[in-house]
Amino acid sequence: MVHQYKNNGYNIVLDVCSGSVHVVDDLVYDIIAEYEGHTKEEVLDKLSSYDRAEVSEAYDEVTGLVEDGTLFAPDEYKDYIIDFKKRKTVVKALCLHIAHDCNLACRYCFAGEGEYHGDRALMSLEVAKKSLDFLVANSGFRRNLEVDFFGGEPLMNWDVVKKTVEYGRSLEEKYDKKFRFTLTTNGILLNDEIMEFANKEMANVVLSIDGRKEVHDYMRPTRNGKGSYDILLPKFQEFARKRGNRSYYVRGTYTHNNLDFAKDVLHMADLGFDQISIEPVVSLPDEPYAIKEEDIPFLKEQYDMLAKEMIKRNKEGRGFNFFHFMIDLTGGPCVAKRLSGCGSGTEYMAVTPWGDLYPCHQFVGEDDFCIGNVFEGIKKQEIVDEFKLCNVYAKDKCKDCFARFYCSGGCAANSYKFHGNILDAYDIGCELQKKRIECAIMIKAAMADYEAEKEDN
Amino acid sequence: MQRIKTLTNKTMKNTMVKGGCGECQTSCQSACKTSCTVGNQSCENVENK
Repeated sequence: MVHQYKNNGYNIVLDVCSGSVHVVDDLVYDIIAEYEGHTKEEVLDKLSSYDRAEVSEAYDEVTGLVEDGTLFAPDEYKDYIIDFKKRKTVVKALCLHIAHDCNLACRYCFAGEGEYHGDRALMSLEVAKKSLDFLVANSGFRRNLEVDFFGGEPLMNWDVVKKTVEYGRSLEEKYDKKFRFTLTTNGILLNDEIMEFANKEMANVVLSIDGRKEVHDYMRPTRNGKGSYDILLPKFQEFARKRGNRSYYVRGTYTHNNLDFAKDVLHMADLGFDQISIEPVVSLPDEPYAIKEEDIPFLKEQYDMLAKEMIKRNKEGRGFNFFHFMIDLTGGPCVAKRLSGCGSGTEYMAVTPWGDLYPCHQFVGEDDFCIGNVFEGIKKQEIVDEFKLCNVYAKDKCKDCFARFYCSGGCAANSYKFHGNILDAYDIGCELQKKRIECAIMIKAAMADYEAEKEDN
Repeated sequence: MQRIKTLTNKTMKNTMVKGGCGECQTSCQSACKTSCTVGNQSCENVENK
């Protein structure tokens, strides 16, 4: 299967099943569009507006790619992935809901302002320690283990975060494990001590900010209805500066209220942040801030605009990284990872303040999806099995989609939210994801061009 | 004039042999919590490089 598209003056051909990417001229682009199902003679006849000898020569070049396995490569993964998914899985990542409470009242919060539609609660150190024990005991030979401190707002239970990290470190040598701790915070309670600790212990920190002040303040007010931008921005700027080479992201959500979100991404870049993630809100259509189908064309233009501006800034030596345009064309994930999904419910689980286990943070609060707890382990293997067999070939919408090796069938929670089962896909999310992949590849093409030009000069 | 510039010709098929070790990062632990971003994670298996 081939996906071909034109973007920013580039003719791009993505060979879906090999992962190869070719940037081609108009003639080759047109030949590839006609290649399958036609003989060479038929293609020559169809492209009569070009010089016949040139078409013939270019046709042979295209055939060379096919013979090399980098164009029209067959999909040989279906049986492989089904076998792979049947394997015994191990748990390697936990999202610890360290606090089901929050000091902000964000309008779009899927966690119901931190409480996940239940009671307010803080995770005890006992539950946190048991969670790490559960992770170590269920991780098999997997060495790298990930633990995200999430909420609500995890800094409302900071003491437990610190002691949990300390406990985790005490397990590493004994069990030959390496914990990668991460922290997702709204920044309200950030202070020097927290930043210092996080810079020593957290492999990544995710700092929640939506972009321009008016956009951020409208969706992320404090509990007394005031904006939170002015409180957290200086703290985030200091934190990002102090991170040095360590990983961080400023992460935001855009909604129907700021469809011109490219401005928010650039606003953050202008503030000095160079690791930026902004993604569309996922909410049912009855919410006033929900992204609607009719918003898609405008949003696609925004991604195009953003991509062009990123190329420009890159060339000027003031580039920044946009998480959703990240694509590693040569060293990306293996096929097994690409096709088996995000790992929710099998490799990745969320733990509530009470120690209950859910397939991921977004299922917390959906009682039917509680799969066990950290004290007794997995109690509902049938739910784990359902997630285990969830892969792109089990989803009708994904089977023939060019993006299937990049989104891995999309988010199970989003599918459940919109369709009531995990084997469907959230359609608006799909459209935007496909656009982001196209832009990400185009940026690679443009930068490759730029590097080649520099070498020539 | 060059008609075809290949940005990458690494075929994913090759990763079937030594893939699936699972040492790479879980996508929702990186910088998203509401979409699925498996494709932009990096492989951490040195044997696949």
